[in-house]
Amino acid sequence: MKPSRIGADFRIVYRSYSRNPVALFFSLIFPIILIGLFGLIFSSIGSTSATLVVLNEDHNSHDSQRFLSALNNTSLVSIKLESVAPADFATWLGQNDYSAGMIIPAGFQGNASNNTTTNLTLFVNPQDSATEGEVLTAVQGVAAAFNLEAKCGGATNCTPVIALAPLRNVGSQVYTYIDYLIPGLIGFSILTSPMFSLVDVSSSYRKEGIFRQLSLTPLTRAEWLTARVVWYVMLTFAAAGIMIGTGVYGFGAHVTLTLGMIPFLVVGPFFFVSLGMLCGTVSKTPEAAALIGNIVTFPMMFLSGTFFQVSSFPPDLAAVAHALPLYYVIDGMNQVMLFQNSTRAFTDFLVVLVASVVVFVLAVRLFQWRDER
Amino acid sequence: MGSAIEVHGLVKRYDGLAAVAGIDFEVPAGTVFAFLGPNGAGKTTTVEILEGLRRRTEGSVVVLGLDPWADGATLHRRIGVIPQDFHFFEKITPKEAIEYYRSLFGSDADPGRLLAQVELLDKSGARFDTLSGGQKQKLGLALALANDPEVCFLDEPTTGLDPHARRAIWSVIRSLRQDGRTVFLTTHYLEEAQLLADRVAIIHRGRIIASGTPDQIIRAHGRPARLRVAGPPGLADLLAKELGVRARFEDGRIEVDLADKRDALRILGAIERSGLPWDSFTTHEDTLEDVFVRMVGRMDDGALKSEVPS
Ligand SMILES: Nc1ncnc2c1ncn2[C@@H]1O[C@H](COP(=O)(O)OP(=O)(O)OP(=O)(O)O)[C@@H](O)[C@H]1O
Ligand SMILES: [Mg+2]
Repeated sequence: MKPSRIGADFRIVYRSYSRNPVALFFSLIFPIILIGLFGLIFSSIGSTSATLVVLNEDHNSHDSQRFLSALNNTSLVSIKLESVAPADFATWLGQNDYSAGMIIPAGFQGNASNNTTTNLTLFVNPQDSATEGEVLTAVQGVAAAFNLEAKCGGATNCTPVIALAPLRNVGSQVYTYIDYLIPGLIGFSILTSPMFSLVDVSSSYRKEGIFRQLSLTPLTRAEWLTARVVWYVMLTFAAAGIMIGTGVYGFGAHVTLTLGMIPFLVVGPFFFVSLGMLCGTVSKTPEAAALIGNIVTFPMMFLSGTFFQVSSFPPDLAAVAHALPLYYVIDGMNQVMLFQNSTRAFTDFLVVLVASVVVFVLAVRLFQWRDER
Repeated sequence: MGSAIEVHGLVKRYDGLAAVAGIDFEVPAGTVFAFLGPNGAGKTTTVEILEGLRRRTEGSVVVLGLDPWADGATLHRRIGVIPQDFHFFEKITPKEAIEYYRSLFGSDADPGRLLAQVELLDKSGARFDTLSGGQKQKLGLALALANDPEVCFLDEPTTGLDPHARRAIWSVIRSLRQDGRTVFLTTHYLEEAQLLADRVAIIHRGRIIASGTPDQIIRAHGRPARLRVAGPPGLADLLAKELGVRARFEDGRIEVDLADKRDALRILGAIERSGLPWDSFTTHEDTLEDVFVRMVGRMDDGALKSEVPS
């Protein structure tokens, strides 16, 4: 690998690209249009889940079970039991994109038999007022029924067995659809612009004999691919800047700008440039290349958390999402831009990095300048 | 002076078809070698094997002491190539293309000088996709020279060029030879081979059917020189009767084979003495083109005949 040759080839990529208005449109303008479109459609909708996550610290006591099944019967909420108590339940809920949670404290059953009040803590997301309303209605209703049943019926100043502690908010911060959309769409453009272009370039350069022409120069295949990686990393930084700007100033999104984004903005294009090259290389004609490229790209376009949160997927689909490399790019960016969860971001980064190195090496190996005619 | 290119028993097969069917030749360093042949003869196949772009089926090929397929990377620094259908990045200009090659090869090629040499200076800032076919070809030649090559492989460098541009390329080829470079040229234009080449090989259906200097080929395979005189048919009969030469009448002209230059004097004397009217006369010798057309035509006829079941 010689930097001067990578530099020379980079200038070719840069010029070819900047003189091609269609390519520039798809890389820089199209993502803005997408953000605008999805932002407008979905900004009225808050976070999606109407699930009530319950932390039952009064482990499986009879009364707590009864309370929960009564809640469940209201069919206003669907209950998801969490057995292990996270250190900070509110933050945990936010990180996992839940809009409502409840803690049943230890001693619930004992208090009930002693006629002592138990305080249930509810966590809600004020931006998701639909869920909040349903959860409050359900919990208040069932609590009232329990209080009635526990001797309060008729008595004038009885002690209620269940009371609600002051409402608390989910997470340290509340995220809306547009917040998720920004990492999602940055991921979308990390996927689409290198993939489509490399699939096309790799097959058409071969057909036009440009690769054979280059094979007669000292440029190596790894240098050629590296120049393209560098270009798409730069393009990704520009596109990400534009999208964050549009989201924040156009739609009031709140994302954290941290240096932690940089690894993903680098390794993402690295992966998809290599993958696009690989798709173009293994197919014999430009038509076949386009087909293979689309087959590889389309599932990732929708199932990796680009437009829709993976945490809202049914389990089967979520399993598919976890097999897609773009999921780790987007999840990693969610972790650094929204949740400040650097441990999980680091794991995501490692997954993408390893996959990138493998695909890059494979692409360079399989890609031949000269076909063995 | 040693050989820049040595080829022995070269065979290239594409399932069933022998595109190159066992050829041998050598190109001395510093000379221009022209490879002639009709469409599909195997010229491009041979050149690309020499350039290390295609793998040979059999035989040995040595270019500048290297095996082109195995030692491609080393060889490519020392050769320049124009492929038959040269393509380049669509949005890149000739000047940028040469700068690109200069950086890749680490050479000190001067874009202005190279483009002037191939007469493309006026288009040095035009994008490749706006160049005409001939202009693209000229850029191909300029790029082939960007690394100061010892051997240049030019696959039909002048096809599709106008006569003026073709002469410009010819003068580049001449100057390459003057610089002591070796040139391997394929062409359909026989006059081009005759004008430029030190040695010529004619390839047909994967076999070399004639080789040597243009003069050697013409002497070995051409017809005798002929004298043509415009005159009436009776003149032909008279010459045949009086001098015992073979004389034919065709299109208002009499054509007589000349075994010797002095025959011309005897024949013209006899014509003058006959008192028959006659007009301008010319002598005619076969060009490489005549030889080429006749040899290729004869081989095709022969091949057709042998296909008739006996
Ligand atoms: N990749 C290939 N696969 C199969 N056959 C091939 C291939 N390349 C060339 N041929 C065949 O080999 C023969 C020689 O082709 P080649 O390109 O060498 O001819 P050429 O002398 O360069 O012709 P032209 O003057 O038209 O350029 C042709 O019959 C051609 O069809
Ligand atoms: Mg050819």
